Amino acid sequence: MSHHKVEVKNLHHVYPDGTVALHDVSFRIHHGESVAIIGANGAGKSTLLLHLNGYLSATSGEIVIGDTLLIKGNLTEIRRTVGMVFQDPDDQLFMPTVFDDIAFGPLNMGLSTREVETRVIEALGRVDAADLRDKAPYRLSGGEKKRVAIATVLSMLPEILVLDEPTSGLDPHARRQLIALLKAFHHTRITTSHDLDMVLELCDRTIVLHDGRVMADGPTLEIFGNEELLKTCRLEKPFAMQGCPICSPGRRIMPVQKPLVAPHGDRHHDHDHKR
Amino acid sequence: MLAIDGSFLDFKQLDLLALRQTAVHRLDARAKVLTTFCFIICVVSFDRYEISAMLPFLVYPAVLMAVGDLPGSCILRKIVIVVPFALLIGIFNPVFDRQVIMQLGPIDIWGGWVSCASILIRSLLTTSVALILVAVTGFPAICEALEKLGMPKVFAVQLLFLYRYIFVLTDEGVRTARARQLRTFGKRGFGISQFGSMVGHLLLRTWDRAERIHMAMLARGFSGEFRTTRSQNRFGRKEVVFMGGWISLFILLRAYNAPKLLGSLITGTMP
Repeated sequence: MSHHKVEVKNLHHVYPDGTVALHDVSFRIHHGESVAIIGANGAGKSTLLLHLNGYLSATSGEIVIGDTLLIKGNLTEIRRTVGMVFQDPDDQLFMPTVFDDIAFGPLNMGLSTREVETRVIEALGRVDAADLRDKAPYRLSGGEKKRVAIATVLSMLPEILVLDEPTSGLDPHARRQLIALLKAFHHTRITTSHDLDMVLELCDRTIVLHDGRVMADGPTLEIFGNEELLKTCRLEKPFAMQGCPICSPGRRIMPVQKPLVAPHGDRHHDHDHKR
Repeated sequence: MLAIDGSFLDFKQLDLLALRQTAVHRLDARAKVLTTFCFIICVVSFDRYEISAMLPFLVYPAVLMAVGDLPGSCILRKIVIVVPFALLIGIFNPVFDRQVIMQLGPIDIWGGWVSCASILIRSLLTTSVALILVAVTGFPAICEALEKLGMPKVFAVQLLFLYRYIFVLTDEGVRTARARQLRTFGKRGFGISQFGSMVGHLLLRTWDRAERIHMAMLARGFSGEFRTTRSQNRFGRKEVVFMGGWISLFILLRAYNAPKLLGSLITGTMP
């Protein structure tokens, strides 16, 4: 495949229970682009991702990866091209050791043992986890698991990386580390996330999904500048783009809510809010 | 801490022990699996009133624990867990089998008590060698050995998955139990009825997870056949000596009642 583009045309997906998860979704992602797919819970992000490597098949519409139309007959080729990193690394790491796990993909591709070993070592090096080679997955920390999960996909040398919520559940340091790591990749990248600050850093383009439809598709900065759109789609500006809460206290983003605690009786609160 | 929490952590400890590098750890897993298998066959095939002839079999777990540098307390704690189950099987023997088979001074000893004790000793011996096998080999290596010895790959894969996800599943179970415990304020909550739905939820979640794992496997080109890189272990001279030595000892101990022989030797030579 010469051009690693991803093209989704009029994709519909209806779940067996009748829920319409995707409604006429169309977009085209070019080689080397880094695109975020954002949206509220239940907007259809995960359903869309599962179409990209053929786990779910479209009710109608089509998907073209590179120059290949995604149909049952060429799933193997598509899955080699599209590397999918799942949200919960525990789902992705199912083999007894990290090495076996990273070797799983290449072995299924029918490579020789020596080639597999080179690929594993290379993939581990790329995610900066060479020392984890012989560890069992349940002995890894959250950040380590995430990096190894990415390595399991890198070892297949995919041209397109699909990441579902890569930073969820990570501590600030591990998150920072992961963002730096992803920045260094030159794959075509498709990321879904609620971590909009990460999106701001990693993705030049953003597609906003709402109730299974594409609400907006454009440069990330432009989309995050459109407060009206974000509000409709139950989203919010990334913190990096919000004013400092101390310097500009007038710009309150969150609506003031009554506290959800039992009343304190007659006791009077007289906090001093002086700064 | 919840009881289930504690034994679970202990389970991980067993796994850590397998990472040690002693002479027993380095042996090919097949040799250890086969020797353990022979041990178990020999022990369970004894007559139901047999006690004395089984005792010399203790030498195998004892030697492995010493050479494998395993902490006795850790293994003992796990063996204790199976004692109630073994007792449950044997506890009714004294009720049904009241035939007097030996006398200890003025006390008549019924066959039921002897067979109950025999069951207990059997269970202790066999569980201890099984646990020691895991502690000196590691579960994945055992599965690989079983597969090399001819077990269908599907079973090996099933076992490996079981082992991999038992940690995740117990984690989930422990979290659910803790969430329940924190909201019952030391009382019984809604009693047993609530456990049904808790277990049901756990099952559904497991189902979901299985589906996600399958998805992750498909995404990496899984086509029904499990391929793994073979480990470099070789069945060499050390393995032959280990297996040959132990198995012939087991057969000898099975054929001849060593404590009885020793006893008659001493009483025979004494004037």
